[in-house]
Amino acid sequence: MAGSSGLTGRQKLGWAAVSVVILVYALFPVAAIFANSFKTQADLGNPTFWPSNWTWGNYQEIFVGGAQELFLTALRNSIGITLIATFIAVVLATLCAYAIARMDFPGKRFVLGTALAVSIFPVISVVTPLFNLWRTIGLYDTWLGLIIPYLSLTLPISIWTLSAFFRQIPWELEQAAQVDGATQWQAFRKAIVPLAAPGVFTTAIIAFFIAWNDFVYGISLTSTEAARPVPAALAFFTGASQFEEPTGAISAAAIVVTIPVVLLVLLFQRQIVSGLTQGAVKG
Amino acid sequence: MTTTAENPANAEDRRRRDRRPARPKKSDRAKAEARLGWMLAGPAFVVMLAVTAYPIAQAIFDSLFSYRLTAPDERSFIFLDNYLLLFTDGTFWRIFGVTLLITVITVAVELVLGFGLAIVMHKALKSLRGLLRTSILVPYGIITVVSAFAWYYMFHINSGFVNQWFSWVPGIDSDLDWFANFWTAITVIMASEIWKTTPFIALLLLAGLAQVPDELVEAARVDGATRWQQYSRVIIPNMKAAIMVALLFRALDAFRIFDNVFIMTGGDANTEVLALLAYRQSISRLEIGLGSAVSVVLFISVLLMVFVAIKLFKVDLASGTDASGGGKKKKATRKEGQS
Repeated sequence: MAGSSGLTGRQKLGWAAVSVVILVYALFPVAAIFANSFKTQADLGNPTFWPSNWTWGNYQEIFVGGAQELFLTALRNSIGITLIATFIAVVLATLCAYAIARMDFPGKRFVLGTALAVSIFPVISVVTPLFNLWRTIGLYDTWLGLIIPYLSLTLPISIWTLSAFFRQIPWELEQAAQVDGATQWQAFRKAIVPLAAPGVFTTAIIAFFIAWNDFVYGISLTSTEAARPVPAALAFFTGASQFEEPTGAISAAAIVVTIPVVLLVLLFQRQIVSGLTQGAVKG
Repeated sequence: MTTTAENPANAEDRRRRDRRPARPKKSDRAKAEARLGWMLAGPAFVVMLAVTAYPIAQAIFDSLFSYRLTAPDERSFIFLDNYLLLFTDGTFWRIFGVTLLITVITVAVELVLGFGLAIVMHKALKSLRGLLRTSILVPYGIITVVSAFAWYYMFHINSGFVNQWFSWVPGIDSDLDWFANFWTAITVIMASEIWKTTPFIALLLLAGLAQVPDELVEAARVDGATRWQQYSRVIIPNMKAAIMVALLFRALDAFRIFDNVFIMTGGDANTEVLALLAYRQSISRLEIGLGSAVSVVLFISVLLMVFVAIKLFKVDLASGTDASGGGKKKKATRKEGQS
C-alpha cells in the first residue's frame, strides 16, 4: 500500500501538505504553552502567540524563585514515585508475562482477563476507599501511598504488552544455544535476554508515561509537598501576588515535565508504537 | 527464572516420580508447570486484585452508610438511601448526561480523525512515517493536566489568542469568556480531550489497517471498486474488530474524564462530570458514603458499557487471551502471514 518512490510533483506536494497539517495538529498546543513559558507578566495579558520579549523569568521562578519549593519537591516526588512504580510493575509483569507466554497453567486466561478488567477500571472508583484506608494506616500523603495505587495503572498494560512481546520470542534459540555447548545461564543471557530486553524496555516506557500522567491519585491521596507529584502541584500554583495569575510559572513547569516525554518519543517512537499496538489489538 | 524451569535437580526429581506407575507422566509435569506458572504470575495477580477488587468492595460497602469523615461516630447504615438521593436528584442526572455527552462526541470525533490519521500513516512513505509517528506520539505522551492547561490558556479571555485570531467568526470577539458558558466550555474541554487521545485510537486503527490483506483491496480495485467502495466494502469490514476494540477502550476512558474538567472549569458552567462529582463528595466534602455511591455508579456504568459491547456488538476484548491458550500454533502462523 505504501507509495512508490516515483512520485509525481503533485503527490509530493500533497504529502508535504498532509505532513504539515499533522505536525501542526500534534505540536500546536505544545508550542502555545512553550511560548507562554517565555512571556513576561505583562505579555501574558496580550492576546499574541509569541512573546514580545523572551524571558527566562518563569523558569527562574520555578527553579530558584518563589515557586521553587512547590515545584522542585513535586518534581522530585514525581520522578521518584513514577520510577519506582514503573520498576515494580515491569519486574512483576515480566515474571507474569513469562509464565503466560511459556507455560501452561490453569487460570492463565483468568490472569490476563484480570489485567484487562483492571485496566478499564475507573480510578476514581477506588480513590475514596483508598483515601479513607490510607488515612487510617498512615499511608496518606506518602510515596508508598501513591506507588501502590500506581501499580493499578501500570501493571495491567505491562502484563499485556510483555505477554505479546514474549509470545514472539523464538524460545527454541535457548535450546539451540545449549546444544551448541552453552551453559544454561549462558544460553539464557546470550540468546534470550537480547531478544526480550527491547520488549521489557518498551513496556517500561509505556508504564512510565501512564504513571507520569496520573492526576486523580496524585491530587486525592496527598495533601502536602511530602508526596504531591507535579500534575497535582500544578493545580496549586499561585501568582506572585493575588492579582497575578500563575500562568507563566505553570507554563514553565508544564514544559519541564513535558521534556522527558518528548525525549522518549524522539528516541523510541518505533518501539512505543509497536508496544502500544501489540498489547492492545490482537486480531 | 528459566533456570528454575529447567533445573536439573527438578528434572531428576520429576523423572524419579514419573517412574511411579500410579501417576501418569503428563499430569505430574503439568502440576510442576502449574505451580511454577502461578509462582511467577501470582505476585502480579495478587497486587492487581489488592489495588482494585478490595477498594471497590469497600466502596460498595461504604456506599450503604451515611458516613462523613468529619463526624465518624455518626456513621449509620442507610442501605440504598445514598443511591436514592442520587437518582432522585436532577443535578446528578445532569452530570450523568454531561459525562455521556462528552463520551459520545469525543469518541465519535476521535474515530473519524483517528481513522484519517491511521490511513495517512499507513500510506505514508517510509521517510515520512517516522516523523508522523513521532509527532502524534507527543499528544499521546504528554500529561493530561499539561494539555488541559495548554488549551485553557489558548482560549483564556486575557492571555489567550483564540479570541483575537478568530474574531472574524460570528460570535467570537475579545469579550468572549469561553469558560463561562456551558457549550463553549464543554467545546474546549472536548477539544483538549480529542487532541490528546486521538493518537492512541489512530495507532490502534493503524494496527487494524495493517491486518487487512493487501490482495483483498487489490482485487476490489481491479474489479473496479472506487476508493470509497474499497474502504466501505472491503477495508472497514475487515478491520471491524480493531475498530470496536478502539471504540470501547476510548469510550471507557472518556467516561471517566476528570483532569481536563478539573483544570479548566472545576465543574463550573454546568460542566461537572461524574468523576469530579465523586471527587468532590469524597475528598473535598469528606462525604464518604455519598462519594462512594457516586464511585459505584461510575463503576457500574463502565461495566454496563463493557457488557453491552460484548453482548451486542460482539467485541472480543480477550482475543489476546485466546492466543495464549490453545490456538498458539494457529496464532503464530497467522502472524507470519501478516508481516
